[in-house]
Amino acid sequence: MPIDVPARVLANRRLSDDYNVLTLDAPAIGAAAQPGQFVMLKPGTGADPLLRRPFSIFEVLRDDRGAAAAITILSKRIGPSTRLIFDAVPGRRVDCLGPLGRPFTSVAPPSGAWMIAGGVGLAPFATLAEALTSRGVPTTLFYGARRGGELFYLDFFRALGVELILTTEDGSVGERSRVVAPLERRLAERSASAPLMLYACGPEPMLAAVARASARYGRPCQISVERIMGCGLGGCYSCVVPMRADDGAVHHVRSCIAGPVLAADRVVWG
Amino acid sequence: MDLSVRIGSLTLKNPLVAASGCFGYGVEYAEVVDLSTLGAIVSKGLFLEPREGHPSPRIVETPAGMLNAIGLQGIGARRFVDEKLPELRARGATVIVNVCGTTLDEYVEVSRVVSDAEGVAAIELNISCPNIKEGGIQFGCSLNGTFDVVSAVRKATRLPVVPKLTPNVTDVASFAHAAEDAGADAVSLVNTFLAMVIDVESRRPKISNVVGGLSGPAIRPIAVRMVWECRQTVKIPILGMGGIADARDALEFLIAGANAVQIGTANFVDPFIWGKVLDGITDYMERHGVARVADLVGSLDTREEAADLT
Repeated sequence: MPIDVPARVLANRRLSDDYNVLTLDAPAIGAAAQPGQFVMLKPGTGADPLLRRPFSIFEVLRDDRGAAAAITILSKRIGPSTRLIFDAVPGRRVDCLGPLGRPFTSVAPPSGAWMIAGGVGLAPFATLAEALTSRGVPTTLFYGARRGGELFYLDFFRALGVELILTTEDGSVGERSRVVAPLERRLAERSASAPLMLYACGPEPMLAAVARASARYGRPCQISVERIMGCGLGGCYSCVVPMRADDGAVHHVRSCIAGPVLAADRVVWG
Repeated sequence: MDLSVRIGSLTLKNPLVAASGCFGYGVEYAEVVDLSTLGAIVSKGLFLEPREGHPSPRIVETPAGMLNAIGLQGIGARRFVDEKLPELRARGATVIVNVCGTTLDEYVEVSRVVSDAEGVAAIELNISCPNIKEGGIQFGCSLNGTFDVVSAVRKATRLPVVPKLTPNVTDVASFAHAAEDAGADAVSLVNTFLAMVIDVESRRPKISNVVGGLSGPAIRPIAVRMVWECRQTVKIPILGMGGIADARDALEFLIAGANAVQIGTANFVDPFIWGKVLDGITDYMERHGVARVADLVGSLDTREEAADLT
């Protein structure tokens, strides 16, 4: 059951000119959250901006005894709300509703797990990587960004034992390509008998390409979508994604409650 | 303190009603709100058959508001009765069904389907959705059309019939009057204001339907004025709405002449709004020595004060 926490900003760490990580005093949400779930944040007060915005829960920070102490969100400054998130000073109140949505479905060894992230699509993978590696699942992160300065938290993933495969559009770090290029090569190399789950989050063209690649190699793939969302609870029908049902018919599915994690092979790409 | 209000033959335990299209089918909110504590909930608009609605993007934020063109995505009246109504009934919700139609016959047929079901308290007639061509707006923008559809549904059901009026007309009060003449038990107003937003860089509309309905605090003063105008014109109860975000906003509508209020957009921002608004209304009643919320309805004081200062 989601709760609404009038959370205080505990820290605001700027990662670049656009990206920041905001730490929010919302331990109850952190304690209940599962990898892939999100919160609806209202970074301003009053009517402008009016609506909350959805953010993946990036990290659940824990105290010495392992209890959830706070959550963080990874944000990229794009519009008025993310500008407020970027500029938020410690002590500021940010109403935080969550945890919301359907989480990722985890896997267990001997299955491998490949996470594919584009840009701010890294957000749901910190908690997922923790969950997977704690179960002993061999985990790889394919992570693409525009340039090396926008590849974040690499040490975090390395410390968990996650294999990193990095790409940048300018070639400053890792391979100069889109993140799907090394993914395709690895898929071609991997033995069909070795079980594997793909997880992807990022821009829609990337998700569509990952979905095509996973289908071509017969691998299950869970994608986390980001749509313009009004409420996060299934009330407004803003965040729909066209998906194919068992009978072949295409329906508009609310990504807030049926997702944000969806089966890639059911999504109908535009 | 008496918070109950009467809408025709229906008594609501309090004046707060969840607006159609802003509360899913109600069941989506059952985890965060005790549905039995609301005056009523109004379902998403329902045609006879399921509809998929418009492609994304369906909403865009505007100054103190939002524009939407969902396109009345819905599961259809029969599936609502079969799949949603039993849970709503079990949770003690007072359910008003928002009935849509592309033809007069469809309004009548959908009204019959929901009237035959157990646990429907009233019918809200959607003759005002601005976002689809065949969504009843052709009825809601014509005085004769409004009269005809209300008359036809009135004959087909024993439930209270509450047409929901569009503000996209010159004189909304004349439409309230036509509805009253046709036997409506109450009127709901206002639906959203037809509006549009353009991305100037791409010169593209911000929502797929090009135009949509504007809601939220931005429209509230216009909606209050329209409720007040209708109160001068009709005797039947009014469910007032348009940008209500707190108790003070709700009280404005009651004082202007609404018997109950609907909350829509603000529920997206704060799904826990219901208790807060109700507490604010009871605080107000205590401070002002008002025993019955019904006594606030239409209590606007427009006397001229001390006009002669010479």
